This record gives sequence, structure tokens and C-alpha cells, in this order.
Amino acid sequence: MLVQTLFYLFSVILVIAALAVITSRNPVYSALALVMCFVTSAAIWLLIEAEFLAVVLVLVYVGAVMVLFLFVVMMLDINLAELRQGFTRFAWLGWVTALAVIVEIAGVIWAKGGMGIDVDRAATPHAADYSNTLELGRILYTQYAYPLELAAMLLLVAIVAAIALTMRHRAGLKKQDVDAQVAVKSADRLRMVKMDAEKRP
Amino acid sequence: MPDNLMTWSTLAPATAEISLALAICVVLLVDVFAGARRGLTPTLTLLAVAVCAALTVEFSHVAERTVILQGMYVADQLAFVLKLVGFLVVAVVLLYSRSYLEERGILRGEYYVLALSALLGIFVLISANNLLTVYLGVELLALSVYALVAFDRDSGVSAEAAMKYFVLGAIASGALLYGMSLLYGLTGTLDLGEIAVRLSGPMSLGVILGLAFIVVAVAFKLGAVPFHMWLPDVYEGAPTSVTLFIGTVPKIAYFALALRLLAQGLPGASLEWTQMLTPLAVLTLVVGNVVAIVQTNLKRMLAYSTIANVGFIILGFVAGTADGYSAALYYTLVYVLAALGSFGVILLASRKGFEADKLDDYKGLHQRDPMLALAMMLLMFSTAGVPPLVGFWAKLRIFQALWETHHLWLVIIAAAMSVVGAYYYLRVIKLMYFDDAPAGLPAPAPAPGVRLALGVNAAAALALGLLPGPLLNLCARLLH
Repeated sequence: MLVQTLFYLFSVILVIAALAVITSRNPVYSALALVMCFVTSAAIWLLIEAEFLAVVLVLVYVGAVMVLFLFVVMMLDINLAELRQGFTRFAWLGWVTALAVIVEIAGVIWAKGGMGIDVDRAATPHAADYSNTLELGRILYTQYAYPLELAAMLLLVAIVAAIALTMRHRAGLKKQDVDAQVAVKSADRLRMVKMDAEKRP
Repeated sequence: MPDNLMTWSTLAPATAEISLALAICVVLLVDVFAGARRGLTPTLTLLAVAVCAALTVEFSHVAERTVILQGMYVADQLAFVLKLVGFLVVAVVLLYSRSYLEERGILRGEYYVLALSALLGIFVLISANNLLTVYLGVELLALSVYALVAFDRDSGVSAEAAMKYFVLGAIASGALLYGMSLLYGLTGTLDLGEIAVRLSGPMSLGVILGLAFIVVAVAFKLGAVPFHMWLPDVYEGAPTSVTLFIGTVPKIAYFALALRLLAQGLPGASLEWTQMLTPLAVLTLVVGNVVAIVQTNLKRMLAYSTIANVGFIILGFVAGTADGYSAALYYTLVYVLAALGSFGVILLASRKGFEADKLDDYKGLHQRDPMLALAMMLLMFSTAGVPPLVGFWAKLRIFQALWETHHLWLVIIAAAMSVVGAYYYLRVIKLMYFDDAPAGLPAPAPAPGVRLALGVNAAAALALGLLPGPLLNLCARLLH
């Protein structure tokens, strides 16, 4: 009963936050509402005993991706009026898509028996000392070790490609050279001049 | 869990991938810390490729089909040979490209790292036995190649080509994933061998739908009409050294992709996918050959020639027999050899500040550089399919395979289109030998070593044509 109450509580918050993402006029509010979405989804995942995924969702999406998103949104100088121009022109397309998705979801719910999909089966709860992080790690580093390594290679290549395509060493760039600053000697900066005393005017 | 245990002896068939991944890391690190030393990275990369190839020969030869890494990786004779060819072709590509990169100021270590990672993607594809590894191989290869196409950052044309390639490539990846997800949903497994077992008997509509998406993705990657739109723009826009790369090595990978996915993964649906491939092959042959005639840019002309040649490779799959696949393999290898040489000639004929990519730049090449003209003539004759060069045998094998499977109409269309294609290959030869060189064209001056490599490359097209037996037998043996 408690779990169900929590589920509906988080679901309501999730739906409201999701609506806020697409309805708020300020993109920063949208991004913050998206953070709310992620946090509540993580809570719902906790309820279905997917603890590891919930933690990863908070760490990766809330902690890294959305912070980056917020920075980008704040840095970009977006002209909202220009973006909104002609928005209503495609509104009908949005409505049609939304309707199609709703019909599809309803179809799946109604047709659940006919497709041979066993949706009514309740998940058997695991014992308290069951760790899905351990299970995930075990399967990821044995059965899926090869694809995992390939994905790691893919990320390495992505980093190399991104740096190769964007990093520039411009000639004549005025930047601080710490090594040169530390290695400087007094003779480089100070010039001792011997001169005769002069009469005060 | 004894079957999950990974020891060196069980991993030995994957030596090529493991050593190449290590080589990538070494080249990357050495380039960061000592890359300023001129010429270190290119030499080190060639050395690394040689060492990896030697290790592959030493450790990863398997007598028969072996499946390791939880069924995700397949090692067989075909994979072994294709990987060695991959090493060889990449080494030659990097050898040809070096002075070109140097003259344009884009000789940076990342170029070599990306070339090696593309090769790694190719190897993953060659040995893929699981939809997951197929996809990861496709992406590893594609990501490296997108970056290579955009490598000349200050060139707007390259950036445009890379953007087109990236967006269209992403759509193709999406199609591939969608097809795979349908197959996975219907069979409940990602393992290609398992899918082949579970999909027998009459195909359901879902399987055919998934198959259609996979065929579209394969056709896109190969550059078959009507999914060829990216190919001429990318070939023309990319730096010529990159065009040389994407015109040669990935073809081996995409042949392997088609073979592993369609011929070995979905043999039960071979009737369906040959029906899908037949119109693709016909369109590819017609559009590739006819549109190539009106091109004035040699890189673009060779891009359409690639499309036309892809049509022949697909015809090998249309035949749908072991003979057909071995003909397609032979055609792929022969095409890679010819493309390596002909794009190599473009590279060597270019100088600092001068791209020899217009057809008119080749007028009177014979007077300026007889050796380069001779090599180009041999390669053009080979691609056109003139005996006794090796291209003739490749076309003949495809015709044979089609004839044996009673595809008379396809033989007639392919033969007619070969005749159309001969026109534009012979035009290049006419320009080189019978036209006078316009004043002001610089004479090519490639380094002696590179010149020797190109000479060997062109001579190989002739030698393999005079003695076609060994390679033909090898291809037949690998696929029976």
C-alpha cells in the first residue's frame, strides 16, 4: 500500500514536471523541470528495485548532463520571440503525433493478452541482501565484456575525434606561460643602472 | 563459471583486435608526448600495423570456425584473410597519404589514430557474430570516418561533406537498429547463429519488415542506389587521402557486414532479401555507370564508378549461392586493389596548392610522368574489365555465378552496363595518352618509395590477371 501511494505521488510529480518542461517560457525553468523529472523517475525506479539504474540516473543525468545543459542554456543568447515565430503553424502536427502515441499506448494496454506478452505477472521481490549492482557488474564484465570494451573504444574515438576537430593552437595567442614565469631570473626583469649623482634643481 | 573464464588461449583468435586496440593507445600516447618530432607518428603507425599483422599471423589462425567471447565473436579462415588484407590496405593507404597530408598541413597524430580505430571497427565487423557487435563495429568505423572526412578543418567543402555523411549515416544507423530490434523482438536473441536457427520456414511480416530495414542500412553503407546520395559528395569533398581511405578498406567491412547479416544470419529469408537486392543492384549498375559519364571531376567520377562496382558486388549476393558469395568476395578484393591504385594516382599527381582532381588535369600525363600514366592505364583497364587484367576475371566470376542460378536478365544488364562503363574509364586513358598537356601543370614528384608502392600496386592488377588461379581458389575455399 505504501509503495503504491509513493508510486502515484512520484508519478503525479513526474507528469507535472514533464508538462512544465514543455510549457514554461523560460528555458532555464524548463531545464530545472527536467531535473525534477529525472529525480522523480529515479525514485520510481527505486520502487521497482532498480537501485543501480536510479543512482546512475541521478549521478549521470542530473549531476553531469543537466548541469552542462543549464550552462549552455544560460550562456546562449536565445531570442525567444524569433524561436516562437511560426510555432503554431506546426501545432496540428504535434497534436496528431500526441494522439497517435496515446492510441498506441491504449492499444498495447488493451491488447496485452493477444500478443503473448505476459504483463500481469508481478515481479518477485528479491531478498534484502540482493544487490542488482553486483548482478549487473557480473553480467557486464563476463557475458558482455566484449561489447563493453568496444563501447569504451567508441568513447575513446569520440574524444579523439572531438579534440582533433575543435582544438586549435593559434599562433600569436596571448596566454600565460607559467613555466616561463617561474623560471624568470631577477636579471631578466631588473636593470641596474650606474649614474652619477645629480644636483637638486 | 568455467565457460566465462577468459584466458590467453581462448582469446588468441582475437589477437588482431586486441593488438590493434593496444597499438591505438600506444600511438595516441607517443603522439601526445613525442609527436612534435617530425615523422615519428607516421613511421610508428606503419610499424604498429606491421607488428599487429605479424602477431595476427602468429596467433590468430584457426583451422575451422571458432566462436569465442560468449558467442559474440567468430573466427574463421575468411575473417583471418580479410583482416590481413585490411592491415595491408591500410598500410598502403597511409604510405600514399603522408606527403599529401604534410603538404596541406594536416599531418597530425589524430589522423593516424582515427585511421587505426576505423580499422578496428572493420575488424569487429568482420568477426561479428551478434547484432550487438555488428552495430558497435558499424559505429566505430563510421565515427572514425566522419572525423577523418572533416579532418581538414579549414576547408568548407570537407565540413559540408562530413556533415552530410554524418546526418545520413545516422539515419542509416537508425534503420539498422530498428531492423535489428524487430528481429530481436521476434526471435528473442541477438546471436546471429541462433537467429538463423530460429528463423526457418515461412517468414512472418515482422521479419520481412525488419529485414527491409537491415537491407536499407547495408545498401546505404555500400552506397547502392537509391541510398547513394552521400557517396559522390563525400568522395569529392573529403581530402583526397581520406577519399582513398573510405574508397578502399571499408568496402571489405561492408562485404563482411552483408555476408554475416544476410547470408549467414538470415539464410532462411534468402528468398526475401535477394528479391529486395535485385532491383537495388540493377538501379545501382545503371545509375552508377550512366551518371559517371558526365562527370568532370575525377574524384566524383570514381565515386560513381564505386557505385557501379558496388552493383556488381550486390549481384554476387543476389545469386545467393556459395559461388555467388565467393564471386562477390573476389570482386570486392579486386575492386579494393584497383581503387587503392587509382585514388593513389590522384594523391601522387597532386602537389602543394594543386589538387589534381579535375579530369583535365590528366591531359598529357604521359608526357609529364610516364610511369604514373602507365599505372593509371593498367588500373583503369582493370576496373573497366579488360582482359588480361584482374578486373576481367572479377566480372566474369559474377556473370558465372548469375548464369548458374538462371539470372539471365541480370547478366545481360550487367554486361551492357560494363560496356557503358568502359567509356569513361577509356576516356581517362585517352586524356593521358592522346591529349597534349596544357601549359602550367606541375609535374608530379612523388617520393621514390611511394612510386615503387604504386608500381607494385598496378603490377599486381596485371599479375593477378595473368595468373588468376591462386586468388580465385582462395576466395572459393573461404566460402565453401
